[in-house]
Amino acid sequence: MDDLILETRDLSKDFKGFTAVNRVNLKVRRGHIHALLGPNGAGKTTCFNLLTKTLAPTSGRILFNGIDITSQRPSQVARRGIVRSFQISAVFPHMTVLQNVRVGLQRATGTSYQFWRSDRALNVLNERAMQLLEEVDLGSFADHVVTDLPYGRKRALEIATTLAMDPELMLLDEPTSGMGHEDVDRVTELIRKVSAGRTVLMVEHNMAMVAGISDRITVLQRGAILAEGDYQTVSTDPLVVEAYIGAPQEPQRREVA
Amino acid sequence: MIDRKVAYGLAVVVLLLAPHFVYPLFLMNVLCFALFACSFNLLIGFAGLVSFGHAAFFGGAGYIAGYVLATLHWPFALGIVAGIVTGASMGLGFGLLAARRNGIYFSMITLALAQMIYFVFLQAPFTGGEDGLQGIPRGTLAGLDLTNDMTFYYVVLAITSLGYALMLRVVHSPFGQVLLAIRENEARAVSLGYDVTRHKLLAFVLSTSLAGLAGATKAVSVGTQTLTDAHWAMSGLVILMVLIGGMGTYFGPVIGALVIVALESKLGDFGNLLAETTHVDWFRQIGVSVTMVTGLIFVVCVLTFRRGIVGSMLALSRKAGGQGARQHG
Repeated sequence: MDDLILETRDLSKDFKGFTAVNRVNLKVRRGHIHALLGPNGAGKTTCFNLLTKTLAPTSGRILFNGIDITSQRPSQVARRGIVRSFQISAVFPHMTVLQNVRVGLQRATGTSYQFWRSDRALNVLNERAMQLLEEVDLGSFADHVVTDLPYGRKRALEIATTLAMDPELMLLDEPTSGMGHEDVDRVTELIRKVSAGRTVLMVEHNMAMVAGISDRITVLQRGAILAEGDYQTVSTDPLVVEAYIGAPQEPQRREVA
Repeated sequence: MIDRKVAYGLAVVVLLLAPHFVYPLFLMNVLCFALFACSFNLLIGFAGLVSFGHAAFFGGAGYIAGYVLATLHWPFALGIVAGIVTGASMGLGFGLLAARRNGIYFSMITLALAQMIYFVFLQAPFTGGEDGLQGIPRGTLAGLDLTNDMTFYYVVLAITSLGYALMLRVVHSPFGQVLLAIRENEARAVSLGYDVTRHKLLAFVLSTSLAGLAGATKAVSVGTQTLTDAHWAMSGLVILMVLIGGMGTYFGPVIGALVIVALESKLGDFGNLLAETTHVDWFRQIGVSVTMVTGLIFVVCVLTFRRGIVGSMLALSRKAGGQGARQHG
């Protein structure tokens, strides 16, 4: 028996007759780094939005730890332990780095509706927030306002904030999009580091990056699953090679960005 | 921040001494509108929501407070509480319908609901229709005779200061942090597990409660309550006050309210004074064209100092003082 953390059953999404996601049965195993791959328009982002509840599916079900979460709201799903990231960096730009992480920690403390207390009550979270910042090498930036940070640092901060939620499952939407080589390497390393004890499902274009860290890869094409398996299996699958490159060729030679 | 303590100390001294030099009723009006503007600023400046129906809470609380004081002969304090409750419950009703919407849709829903409320006030028997409520009694508070304008000024000052302090506390509370996060990046706040709609609803109800407090206090200090306070033009005026004073600053709405209320009630005198000293009779016209003057000031404000009076002053002092200064003042 596989220990599945996330499972979709015949998940479909129609946009006025156009089927963006077609009966997808995705199985994500606990502890894995699972990548969702596919050429442009394959339905990756739609699929991702269905999982994060940004979109409602036309049919099919989503199960998290065996519980049906198909009809739950995004904030409810987040409280269950599924936390997503965004394609463009999702930070609170005019707050300090420390405050950003504290917003992630604050929800669990149940103080979010307390308008009569001083915000000094939140200082008890500072220690934990600093630990998280150290984990992503942002300790020395704690008092900086986020807008001043370079892009790669913002992504790191986003990951620290996500970690503050102590998520069971992290959904990453193209974590390295728009990055230079150095930042790609740093973020890849970071994902590997924070995935310990958690499950990561990510949508990614960057083949080389996926090859390096994924335990399992699902390739989508025209809204349906084309192939699934580890990198070796998937990359040698003739269907995948054809879909991705358009001609029989070694896929890892190219970075599709 | 030493400057801030000095500024606040100065403000307290000025406010305490003011009624000895300026007509107290005018000052009470300024204070009530200042609190009203602060309540609006709590939404636009710190929650990013533009309510276009705030007059409904201001006027509605005034009507209810006036009614329970004049007709039911409730004591003063209960009348004010009734005003707050009115603001809060109307806010809850509005908010349940509007809080799940953003931007212009939120504004349009609040405007539509406020217009409905306006017509209720126009038709309902207890409001006195076009005539409004007259002769709202002030009564007494803890043995103090409130009919004396001087005494009542200090009561109004205490009430509005409390309201102002509550506004500050909300901004600097754990809730205020979440509110800020929602304004900064709503999608991200959702992904961190926050129920954005409920946070906005609470912010809205807090704001309308303060607007209710301001409306009730104003009705009692003036002694009358008319449809003007519930009209949509009043919702526009409060936006004007906040924008001129400085949206998202603490003290800006107070300055904005002072400017607007002073223009509305003193511009005529100023025009007459000009006419007498310069012998140009045309200046007497200024008094009847208040809306044109406020409109002009608004245009100048938007074109030249978009952060409002206080916002621009803070930006200047930050430029002069370097990095250390805080974001809000």
